[in-house]
Amino acid sequence: MSITRDEVAHLARLSRLALSDAELDHFAGQLDQIISAVARVQEVAADQIPPMTHAVPVVNVFRDDVEVECLTAAQALANAPAAEQDRFRVPRILTEE
Amino acid sequence: MSVTELVPYDEALSRYEPVIGLETHVELGTATKMFCGCPTSFGAAPNTAVCPVCLGLPGSLPVTNRVAIEYTIKIGLALNCSIATWCRFARKNYFYPDMPKDFQISQYDEPLCTDGYLDVIVDGREFRVGIERVHLEEDTGKSLHVGGATGRIHGADYSLVDYNRAGIPLVEVVTKPVVGTGPLAPHVARAYVTELRDLLRSLGVSDVRMEEGSLRCDVNTSLNAVGAAEWGTRTETKNVNSLRSVERAVRFEIERQAGVLDAGGRVVQETRHFHEDNGTTTPGRSKEEAQDYRYFPEPDLVPVAPPPDWVDSLRAALPELPAARRARLQAEWGLSDLDMAALLNVGALDLVGDTVAAGASPADARKWWLGELARRANDSGVELHALAITPDQVARVSELVRTGTLNDKLARQVLEAILAGEGSPDEVVAARGLAVVSDESVLAEAVDAAIAAYPDVAAKIRDGRVAAAGALVGAVMKATRGQADAARARELILQRLT
Amino acid sequence: MAAETAGDLTRLTAAQIASAVAAGQVSAVEVTQAHLDRIAAVDPDVQAFLHIAPKIAVAAARDVDHRRAAGEPLGPLAGVPLALKDVLTTADMPTTCGSKILEGWRPPYDATVTQRLRSAGVVILGKTNMDEFAMGSSTENSAYGVSHNPWDLTRVPGGSSGGSSAAVAAYEAPLAIGTDTGGSIRQPAAVCGIVGMKPTYGGSSRYGLVAFASSLDTPGPLTRTVLDAALLHEAISGHDWRDSTSVDAPVPPVVAAARQADVSGLRVGVVAEFSGDGYQPGVMARFNESVELLESLGAKVVEVSCPHFVYALPAYYLISPSECSSNLARFDAMRYGLRVGDDGVASADEVMSLTRAAGFGPEVKRRIMLGTYALSSGYYDAYYGKAQQVRTLICRDFDAAFEQVDVLISPTTPTTAFPIGERADDPMAMYLADLCTIPSDLAGNAAISVPCGLAPEDGLPVGLQVMAPALADDRCYRVAAAVEAALEQRWGGPLLAQAKGLSK
Repeated sequence: MSITRDEVAHLARLSRLALSDAELDHFAGQLDQIISAVARVQEVAADQIPPMTHAVPVVNVFRDDVEVECLTAAQALANAPAAEQDRFRVPRILTEE
Repeated sequence: MSVTELVPYDEALSRYEPVIGLETHVELGTATKMFCGCPTSFGAAPNTAVCPVCLGLPGSLPVTNRVAIEYTIKIGLALNCSIATWCRFARKNYFYPDMPKDFQISQYDEPLCTDGYLDVIVDGREFRVGIERVHLEEDTGKSLHVGGATGRIHGADYSLVDYNRAGIPLVEVVTKPVVGTGPLAPHVARAYVTELRDLLRSLGVSDVRMEEGSLRCDVNTSLNAVGAAEWGTRTETKNVNSLRSVERAVRFEIERQAGVLDAGGRVVQETRHFHEDNGTTTPGRSKEEAQDYRYFPEPDLVPVAPPPDWVDSLRAALPELPAARRARLQAEWGLSDLDMAALLNVGALDLVGDTVAAGASPADARKWWLGELARRANDSGVELHALAITPDQVARVSELVRTGTLNDKLARQVLEAILAGEGSPDEVVAARGLAVVSDESVLAEAVDAAIAAYPDVAAKIRDGRVAAAGALVGAVMKATRGQADAARARELILQRLT
Repeated sequence: MAAETAGDLTRLTAAQIASAVAAGQVSAVEVTQAHLDRIAAVDPDVQAFLHIAPKIAVAAARDVDHRRAAGEPLGPLAGVPLALKDVLTTADMPTTCGSKILEGWRPPYDATVTQRLRSAGVVILGKTNMDEFAMGSSTENSAYGVSHNPWDLTRVPGGSSGGSSAAVAAYEAPLAIGTDTGGSIRQPAAVCGIVGMKPTYGGSSRYGLVAFASSLDTPGPLTRTVLDAALLHEAISGHDWRDSTSVDAPVPPVVAAARQADVSGLRVGVVAEFSGDGYQPGVMARFNESVELLESLGAKVVEVSCPHFVYALPAYYLISPSECSSNLARFDAMRYGLRVGDDGVASADEVMSLTRAAGFGPEVKRRIMLGTYALSSGYYDAYYGKAQQVRTLICRDFDAAFEQVDVLISPTTPTTAFPIGERADDPMAMYLADLCTIPSDLAGNAAISVPCGLAPEDGLPVGLQVMAPALADDRCYRVAAAVEAALEQRWGGPLLAQAKGLSK
């Protein structure tokens, strides 16, 4: 068994997915199978191999420190589920970051 | 949870060695944000300095601001760091409403600058604060918490988020643990933040105002039992919003942690919140699980590999840094270390420097700033630089004394008047008629009046007790409201009586 | 050519339409209207579109007609209708990415690809169906229903760009844009009997492409002819300052290559690892015939081994979920999209979790959790870290192969279109559809799928995949055009003419 149901429940919490017990059971089985399959990458000896970054390796892509047109508050808030005083209204936050 | 007692500071330091560390976030003064072209200027109406990129809209992509990289390299160079030849941005993943993408683009195991130092001097002793790393990241949006009693998160019903500040470039400077400071730990912490602030200001990369949040400080404190092999557990204290708070936070944590350890307890590794009003720290909201940020290299950005000639040109163009400037001024002004320390302790270096630049001699500039003006600042309970007088004005007063228009006593009156807002030095002198009286006839009148008023003193002088002339000079000064040329008055008195 | 009837107009290629419009033989508005009529007639069965925008399309067409009348020069695709995969933002049409979490979302900006199409005078008819957030190989993961393969409506049109592929195969539009992350342009093209191209990664801008896997996502053309694909490829490609990963080099000469269509002397490699178990016999039969065809056209074909390609699928199913778990975190109910459970008492975290549970489908949830797992501290080195190293080895396999040959070929996908529902709740079986396409996504090089025949056992289309080094996209078009010309001669017309799925 490569992953337990508890671990799956933990992953769901970490990724903010409120799954039902039935879903957890179902996903746990599938994820277990998938993880076993993808673990195949560990068969490859890759000690000195650098990880890949991009297909066409390039560095130092920058932009100048110059203003570009912004959105208006109306545009920014157009799709907001809730807004007040030109700000996004969000439910109460319990933890301090 | 029981509240342990604080152990008095000196006692705590007899048994424990403090170890401190500082993490400082600096808002860079670029014109636009870290990864998009939205303006960084303060005070915009909510959600008007935003675009698809800094709002993290689906499909948006970051593009790195070249000047932010430049500023970060400059900071690294000024802190004697090595500049990475190749590094990347990384995603720091966590969910929070003020984070538009629910990940922050930052740097993880490949920071732009590493392994530097900053020297600070406390009580004449030099401490080298090691710099672990300097890296770049983006700031979050800002929330207003509505419904609670204090406007803070606890007890709020909901929050309102403004993303204008989301994406502002932030440089994070992390020190290595600083050991061997002993009882000076709080002062070293404060001195480090002060020196760092001054250095950043001299580089012109940020306006570094702690009160406005463009310089933010988290302070880490731990205690090692004297002679112990293991490092103590450290706490991180946030909400440290002034230099004084840096010092107070470290001090409190030392006393608190000593109390915990003395009582046989263990210091909890946690984030604590500093309270300005009473100088204490309290535990932050504890999270259920330690955060796993699942860092991985940012796939939407390419690596940053500063070309050596670019780094060299930035190094060559660095301005004179505060430490070098202090050394130069100390040499130019011929000051002892003690004199220099006195200057720095009251924050008078720039003021004196500017006064000298405006024409005063170093000695005179020091005299006024460290003497009369320092006294007045103390009395008013403000910092020297907050006094309502400029170095130019002090230099002018000093000039007036030098040329004999004013004497010391009159000068003090002029300074007082300037502080009271009566105008420039020349305006005050004219308005109040404070110039030294050098008109001989007026002086002679006053001298004769004094001699007449104090015949027994006059008799003593005639008898040869020249020292008694002082009393008559005093009388002349009083009669002229301090505006007499005291030396000339004395001459006239002696002329008449000897 | 005299004014054609609506039906005839929809049978024209994009190149033919563009010429006719430019020559004034037909108006762009007529062309657009013909395609809108076609959509109305067949889309109830095909279900390719999530949103159709007749007014906007006709207005865009009218604009082309005005410019033509004013004597302004028109681009090579002006007036040609196009179906746009609903993963690219459009400021004037909703963009849902096939997900409930973005139902009705109106972006405040156009993707760069969208802008370039509009500037080229291309007429966007609407947005097409797709697997949710581009995760899938059948369009069955769409929250808005599955699309149907015009060859056989009981079968899938492939995925994730299934809507775009079906639209082209059903003559609803001669041009479509899809996106390819693990094969999502090429595989649908193969199972629908049309042409699908994955350009070099970074060849066209990802700004406005809602991200699934940032280091893999590539927008590209789906068309009925190789030349049309090349024209569309050119129209959308080129450097974009808004995308740091976009290639800052000239677009390879794909149109010239499509016209050249000559493979004599070309060195062609058959990837040894792409055969055997799991490959449908009819697919292999058509593929082997393609090898013979290439030889008869003057190419030199050899077998090439790319030993690390067997690790491509597991590496992909570590890298893409990892990146997507991070890319999809922004769908948190705070700023746009669905919000569930905000009763004034629930916390922000609770609302996020309830919303994401309600708004995401099962495949998306699976991949988010898989990605979260692979990036977790303690697992990073063994999973994501290792997969990125395997990716380097796959690139090196390609580099070594391209020392010996100019292009590599394989079947595009191991089977023909499977029945709707057959693999729906079997993720592992579904993932196998990407076996041959994934290596090119991981390496970021260029790869095209061109129809090479029907599988005898089911009469369904088979695709030939041609892979070229990064920035050598033109080689793909050269080979594909040669194969297309030769085979269409053999068939007496395009393969698609043999499709009997739609009665109209």
